[in-house]
Amino acid sequence: MKRYSALALLKAGLTGQRGWDRAWRDPEPKKSYDVIIIGGGGHGLSTAYYLAKVHGIRNIAVLEKGWIGGGNTGRNTTIVRSNYRQKPLHDLFDFALNLWEGMSDELNYNVMFSPRGALFLGHSDSDMTMLAQRGDALRCDGIDAELLSRDQVQKLIPLLDMSASARFPIHGGMTQRRGGTARHDAVAWGYARAADALGVDVIQKCEVTGFTMDGGRVTGVETNRGSIGAGRVGICVAGNSGPVAAMAGLKLPIEAQTLQAFVTEPIKPMIDTVIMSQSLHCYISQSDKGGIVLGGDPDQFPSYAQRGLPARIEKAAAEAIALVPALSRLRMVRCWSGTTDMSFDGSPIISGLPVDNLYLNGGWCYGGFKATPASGWCYAHLLATGASHALAAPFAFDRFARGATIDEAGVGFMPQLR
Amino acid sequence: MMQIDCPYCGPRAQVEFAYERTLDSIVTLDMPAEEAVSRLYARANPRGLDDELWRHSFGCRQWLVLRRHRVSHAIVSITEYAP
Repeated sequence: MKRYSALALLKAGLTGQRGWDRAWRDPEPKKSYDVIIIGGGGHGLSTAYYLAKVHGIRNIAVLEKGWIGGGNTGRNTTIVRSNYRQKPLHDLFDFALNLWEGMSDELNYNVMFSPRGALFLGHSDSDMTMLAQRGDALRCDGIDAELLSRDQVQKLIPLLDMSASARFPIHGGMTQRRGGTARHDAVAWGYARAADALGVDVIQKCEVTGFTMDGGRVTGVETNRGSIGAGRVGICVAGNSGPVAAMAGLKLPIEAQTLQAFVTEPIKPMIDTVIMSQSLHCYISQSDKGGIVLGGDPDQFPSYAQRGLPARIEKAAAEAIALVPALSRLRMVRCWSGTTDMSFDGSPIISGLPVDNLYLNGGWCYGGFKATPASGWCYAHLLATGASHALAAPFAFDRFARGATIDEAGVGFMPQLR
Repeated sequence: MMQIDCPYCGPRAQVEFAYERTLDSIVTLDMPAEEAVSRLYARANPRGLDDELWRHSFGCRQWLVLRRHRVSHAIVSITEYAP
């Protein structure tokens, strides 16, 4: 693999930027692998990378039915943060945040991680109480959280509607200055290139159609490109976990829902932090290209359509414009949808399953992107050793039956209320 | 947008209705714990048809059973919910 660097770029410039190698190979599937990972999104590719890098397992395939990063990795709003209230969640996401900070160097690939701050707005006294409570929980565990007064919020984002007649009055906020955004496609490409360099086969257009089983034990997968044997198989297809697990006869505590995101025409820099809200499902940030990226509510009923309701577009736009009135002058140029893997406590599942040699990484709801490096790190540990990493142990498949759910929103098994 | 043909009110916009849960995940108070857990937490979540309990929340407030396709959103049947 040719290393990317300023010098290499300069040198290649003398010959018209020709002669670059392809970033990863396009291998034919082998007869068998030590580990097969189903799903070539950020999580699957980072799992393969850490399996090879940290655990020294090189005979690995990542099977992707479409193209890598073409699912939820390329459909989210690219926000990275770790400020969850509950300890298992903020420990996992902060481990991820630490890996985000060094990711571009680690992968020799610019993932454009931009720690521009992730700010939650509070719109009432009770919002501020909730934010303070969450901030205290974070600071007790050494994670940065800063409660901001109304004036501090106004100084940080002068374009917010702070008037007396504001639709959503702003009482203050809480920010995590280490949070921010990253280039989502680059995360998939960077992990794919780095994993490929360590010998991992990244196989695109290879759809898993079933599992080969022997006495209740998974021994490989059936695909549209033939049978492939495997020592261990890891499902990593959040959004489509139900149908893949069903091929092994399993039912999961997960329902699929549609979540949309939107982007406006590109403009000059106007918002230099990530704006979120304690009470609204409204996410506002500005991409490096200049477009204002907006996120809103999921569609709140089961769907794999990857095509959302117009009512949600209207709601997300209305909330964003109420918060930042200047946005009303912009044209929305694109909207798209992803399929969220809504687990029944709002937290992911990184776990073994009741079928031997089969593992699950899924149930990320609408918050998986920010976890990408930690998810891969913990899943690699599980696939290499057969035992859960300490950070992932609370996210076991059997926690629902044990009553040990990790429910940040406290709404139980109905994902549409989350 | 989906239009839902309420058996009580006629065709109405989808936004008037709220999804509750799948029909096979309704739990009764006298159910053994193991069955209740499996009904609450194990979903087929198919990429196809499933039977779902919906409510006409911003209309007649009646419970309805929709047999609906989860990719095309096509509604095969709508019936009154009779427990």
